[in-house]
Amino acid sequence: MERYRKFSTATVGARMTTQTAGRRRPWRRALRRDWQLYSLAVLPLLFFLVFRYLPMLGNVIAFRRFQPGGSIFGEYWTGLRYFRLFFTDPTFWDVFTNTLVLGALTLLFCFPLPIVLALLLNEVRSRVLKRFVQSVSYLPHFLSIVIVAAMVMQLVSVDGTVNQLIGAVGAEPVPFIQEAGWFRSIYVSSEVWQTVGWGTILYLAALTTIDGDLYEAARIDGANRWRQTWHVTLPGIRPTMMTLLILNIGTFMAVGFEKILLLYNPLTYPTADVISTYLYRVGIVSGNLSYGAAIGLFEAVIGLTLVLSANAISRRTVGTSLW
Amino acid sequence: MVTTRARGVRPSRGYRIFQAVNAVVLTGVVVVTVYPFLTIVARSLSDNAYIVAGKVNLVPRGFNLTAYRVVTSDPAFWTSYRNTVVYTVVATIVSIVLTTCYAYVLSKRHLRGRTALVGIAVFTMFFTGGLIPNYVLVTSLGLKNTVWAIALPNAINVFNLLVMKAFFESLPVELEEAAAVDGLDTYGTLLRVVLPLSKAMVATMVLFYAVSFWNSWFAAFLYMDRQDLLPVTVYLRNLIVGATDATQTGGGLGADDVVQSAATIQSVTIVLTVLPILAVYPFIQRYFVSGILLGSVKG
Repeated sequence: MERYRKFSTATVGARMTTQTAGRRRPWRRALRRDWQLYSLAVLPLLFFLVFRYLPMLGNVIAFRRFQPGGSIFGEYWTGLRYFRLFFTDPTFWDVFTNTLVLGALTLLFCFPLPIVLALLLNEVRSRVLKRFVQSVSYLPHFLSIVIVAAMVMQLVSVDGTVNQLIGAVGAEPVPFIQEAGWFRSIYVSSEVWQTVGWGTILYLAALTTIDGDLYEAARIDGANRWRQTWHVTLPGIRPTMMTLLILNIGTFMAVGFEKILLLYNPLTYPTADVISTYLYRVGIVSGNLSYGAAIGLFEAVIGLTLVLSANAISRRTVGTSLW
Repeated sequence: MVTTRARGVRPSRGYRIFQAVNAVVLTGVVVVTVYPFLTIVARSLSDNAYIVAGKVNLVPRGFNLTAYRVVTSDPAFWTSYRNTVVYTVVATIVSIVLTTCYAYVLSKRHLRGRTALVGIAVFTMFFTGGLIPNYVLVTSLGLKNTVWAIALPNAINVFNLLVMKAFFESLPVELEEAAAVDGLDTYGTLLRVVLPLSKAMVATMVLFYAVSFWNSWFAAFLYMDRQDLLPVTVYLRNLIVGATDATQTGGGLGADDVVQSAATIQSVTIVLTVLPILAVYPFIQRYFVSGILLGSVKG
């Protein structure tokens, strides 16, 4: 028995060495043949390693005590201290709720509206007119978030256009930017304003790939235009819709961090403060980097889980997936 | 497709009503999109008293160029503008070099380990280190208050990388085989054969990166401590959030005037910041659209 076992491990070991040797040889050959290609990849790989993967490892400071000026991986283990800290922090649950609400509202408006606009544009006869509307609607996409935020503030200021309209019907002006109750509407409207036109591009491209014969067949079957849209157009752009939906869900947790940072103020924190802005204030402004990292890690894990589950559900149900 | 759909069939009455409604809705979209620009321009050219009274919307009231004079005579504004140009140029060059090199490598189907190289890039689209570890890293590398804090952490945009990879993959293999027969090595092939054929693609990438760096503000906001290092986006941000003392911008005006002038000063700064983008927009728009479409086929 003993001998048998020895024998078998020996053969397994031998087989493994031949296998690895066999595997190593093509690598050596690949390196000899393509070393110039590999050399071109060195700097980009260094970038990914240092600025993408190192920070992922840097999240370890969520479990360690971090000291400014010390190691970027922290000094000593603290276990789940920082996680316990934010799970018992009432502010955290407020910002968590705000994140979900703002994320859901953004998804609710910013996902379907480009589809509607694309369908409307698709019905425009005049090519010049269509081009014109498209060009104008893409414009906000090219603006810096700072400019968008600055414009929003001017529009909703006490002397801005919105309050002029309110004044025209005889109501008192509203200091929108200082009222927590208005933040969500302002945020979502500005988000729609900036993204809806640009969002139509992929749908318009998908619409041109739908086979014209399908419409012909639907018409012969007696389908009116609504039914044609419902039974031919929408199924035709469904893969695009699903892909963009999954990608939107992927950014769900990170809702417009930069824009919120520009638009909010302490008065609107009750509705405007989200996880990413909270961890920015806790981590960077107040300098509790480990605590901030713990919150960030929690957010990133939820975000990744959301994409993976959305992708899996989409693959099972409609057969569209990102990978 | 639209034309085939309508051919030979007289549009029904319902459809004609729909067309009319559609025209109204799309006009509304155009108006809503353009209006904020127009009102900002109108405010920048108006007298403060009219703005504060809530009387300026589309047409400037009390037309004057004082605010333009105030903003353009502020040296901090021009310093920040110059910073934006410098940061954009440096960051775009770094990005283009790294993205082109990696995209070219990834486009070589025969390359051993290619899948892993693609995976390394694509994974970062869905999972990132997050704000705090990045901040710690950039700070500890001593990049604070240098252009590298803006250029390096965002050097490769994976979406752009995939667009470029798709483009390189679409080039005919024969060309590079011919280059190899002529005795060119990989570097020579990339520089003398592939890149000259990819001018439009490289131009599109330059635009993608340049616009995003021109518009970016958060990296500079986070890593630049000194006033004279801020790009124009952060300058504008400080103006609207009020971190910049309005009296500095107001120059010799009295205290009351300064508070009132904030609205015009802000509008003028917005106009002057958005102007370069608006000026190039008509020319760059179609490159962006084609780039996005190319990326979506593969990405």
